[in-house]
Amino acid sequence: MQFDPFIIPFNIGLYFILIYAVVRSVMWFRDLSKQDKLRLQRGFFGRSFGQSLKEIFMESLLHRKIFKTNFRLGYMHMSLAFGWFLLILFGTLEADIFGSSHLNAPYKAIFFKYFNPDHGRAGFEAVWSFVMDFLLAVILSGLIIAIIKRLYSRIVGMKKTTKLRPLDKVALTSLWMIFPSRLIAESFTSGAYGTGSFLTGSLGSWLASFLPAHEMAYPFWWLYSLSLGTFFVLLPLTRYMHIPTELFLIFARNSGITTGDKAGAFTDIQTYSCSSCGICIDACQLNFSTGITNIQSAYLLKGIRNNENVKDIAFNCLMCGRCDQKCPVGIELTPIRMLRRRAGETEHVEKSILKRYFPDKPSFNPVKVSEKPSFDFLPSSRPVKADVVYFAGCMTHLTPSIRNSMIKILDASGVKYKFIDENGGVCCGRPLMLAGQDKEARELINFNSKLILKSGAQTLVTSCPICYKVFRESYYLDIEVLHHTQFIKNLIDEGSLKLNFMRKKVVYHTPCDLGRGSGVYDEPRDVLRYVSRLQKTDFDNENSLCCGGSLGNMKISYKQKQIIAADAAARLTKDNPEILATSCPLCKKTLAAATETKVADIAEIVAEAIMLPNLMKEKSNPMLIVKEPVTI
Amino acid sequence: MDKFGFAISQQRQIDFEANRRDIAEYISEKEPSFRVCIECGCCAATCTTGNFTPFSLRELLILLKRGENDKVRDNINKCMLCGKCTLVCPRGVNTRNVISLAREAFQDRIKNAV
Ligand code: SF4
Ligand code: SF4
Ligand code: SF4
Ligand code: SF4
Repeated sequence: MQFDPFIIPFNIGLYFILIYAVVRSVMWFRDLSKQDKLRLQRGFFGRSFGQSLKEIFMESLLHRKIFKTNFRLGYMHMSLAFGWFLLILFGTLEADIFGSSHLNAPYKAIFFKYFNPDHGRAGFEAVWSFVMDFLLAVILSGLIIAIIKRLYSRIVGMKKTTKLRPLDKVALTSLWMIFPSRLIAESFTSGAYGTGSFLTGSLGSWLASFLPAHEMAYPFWWLYSLSLGTFFVLLPLTRYMHIPTELFLIFARNSGITTGDKAGAFTDIQTYSCSSCGICIDACQLNFSTGITNIQSAYLLKGIRNNENVKDIAFNCLMCGRCDQKCPVGIELTPIRMLRRRAGETEHVEKSILKRYFPDKPSFNPVKVSEKPSFDFLPSSRPVKADVVYFAGCMTHLTPSIRNSMIKILDASGVKYKFIDENGGVCCGRPLMLAGQDKEARELINFNSKLILKSGAQTLVTSCPICYKVFRESYYLDIEVLHHTQFIKNLIDEGSLKLNFMRKKVVYHTPCDLGRGSGVYDEPRDVLRYVSRLQKTDFDNENSLCCGGSLGNMKISYKQKQIIAADAAARLTKDNPEILATSCPLCKKTLAAATETKVADIAEIVAEAIMLPNLMKEKSNPMLIVKEPVTI
Repeated sequence: MDKFGFAISQQRQIDFEANRRDIAEYISEKEPSFRVCIECGCCAATCTTGNFTPFSLRELLILLKRGENDKVRDNINKCMLCGKCTLVCPRGVNTRNVISLAREAFQDRIKNAV
């Protein structure tokens, strides 16, 4: 029997964290809604199981997505996670192959060197020792980067990390101690017995040349065991909880569970899955354009975990979704923020240690603005009948050239349509939702739904991505909803819209709510390619920028919005295109004020390109006779 | 303007004793751009809500500044937060935030004020 009292702290920590992970998973499972429970069960015993395992390997161990964004950061995460994983794997195999017995308790693998100091002298054993040393070296290199990163960002004040609480400090110190203490312990033992490979062997023999290696080794084995044990026990209280949580998250997500619009266990799981990698901070325009560095998603999640009042953070965000797109863990950051907006002001509660290990079921009451309905002044809607209805939206009414272009296109293509908010309509409701006022938004949604359904239309066309997103996600319309770029694409494909090719250099700015928000990337580009010379930018598709005018952020000032807009416009027009095209009236308005380049909506460009014979019908429309000069 | 006639006009005196400026102060503290409004009325002219009902943001802003909060409280929830007013405002007043803050204030923040 190989035993020594120094293994006790490690054993306590290990069994504690294993049992804890199971208990916490059961708690999360218990808190899931009924449907989500079913989904998870089906996912766990179904096809998505393999997918989840693959994802765990690629993301939790290799950190492929972090590698893609930032090589150094990726290497740091990979060396720590994958290196540690391999060290455990090879250590276990080592104990199994070379140890005295098979199927050993974990501690025998972790402290193999201590119990088998003679191991690794020659032949296959030496090769194995080399591998183990190599893995340790990889982990240590990652650790050095991690330490430098923390110290460096402190020095330049890049990241405003809130003060670490005493327990966090202990956990962090113990994590940092694990591998150096293993290195020193193994080196001393190797030095005393003349074993070890390139790392522990050389360091060991050097240390043994002036120190009593045999006596020095023992305390370091204690230190190694103690740091492991402490780290494991404190892990649930720190951000390292993301390690076990992410596994659960991957299974849940692959089973088809989404955040939806209710806070619950899944939101909780996502909140704890954040590894604080900081990628969302780098992606955020509020950070790199305006220098606001305390509202990014990493801080939001941290605030939620610590039960702080995160209202100010939750509302100071463009809701552009750039961080969502880049988050390597795949946390649904914007939906979570939306939920927090609805929660409004919350009270900061300092939780007891027990409550931090086993938090209560997450719950908060949405704020109510008033008991009475806010919009009972709206008239009852007059039904209009049509197959296609066009809803311009508030923002399009503020940019009449887009509205007129759309009318021109609709007329030229001969579509039978009705313009349902011709004389000014009711807001689609998304701005209220973004302000966290869901109940009020519902009143508007009901009003518009009735209007649309009464028309008996099969297709709803809108010019505004904000409306488009909310029509698709929060209205229960059983009809086809199209953004005008999609609609124009259809018209071109059917041949009902004949367009001239214009030799203009164009770059395209993808609006947040159309691109990342609704996944419409290709149609606008196809249309633009059809009529102009579309060029690439550094910010295409998923990586597109926010114009800065977002209705999602009420907290930044007009100045700050201008700065974001100017910055975005400058990046987009780097190659001097003739036109900066977009497909959102709000983007158009915001960007046009921030750049010298001509900014135009796709509808305007298309309207300009319509072939003459098609235009004959247009004369019938008096609105177009006094149209804005289109200066393309 | 609805009734043209010789009805006795309402009292127009502003009573600074009775009026409470707490809410206006609360708003300008949190959203300084509230102070630079020149009461031009562009916001009211473009307003989505104003298209359906006699709702004027300009009027509400003036009343807020005067501290005549009753009418503001009754009407401020009619705004749809659509953001047109913010876009047209020549002074760059962050009107949506002003409205939100006013709602918040009437809700719970400054309980004694209203
Ligand atoms: S939210 Fe995602 S991107 Fe941001 S720190 Fe957490 S894991 Fe990284
Ligand atoms: S949604 Fe956009 S503005 Fe908000 S935190 Fe993410 S990147 Fe920043
Ligand atoms: S448009 Fe701006 S400056 Fe004019 S009244 Fe409205 S808020 Fe005031
Ligand atoms: S945000 Fe409110 S006040 Fe401003 S235009 Fe829209 S409805 Fe009118």
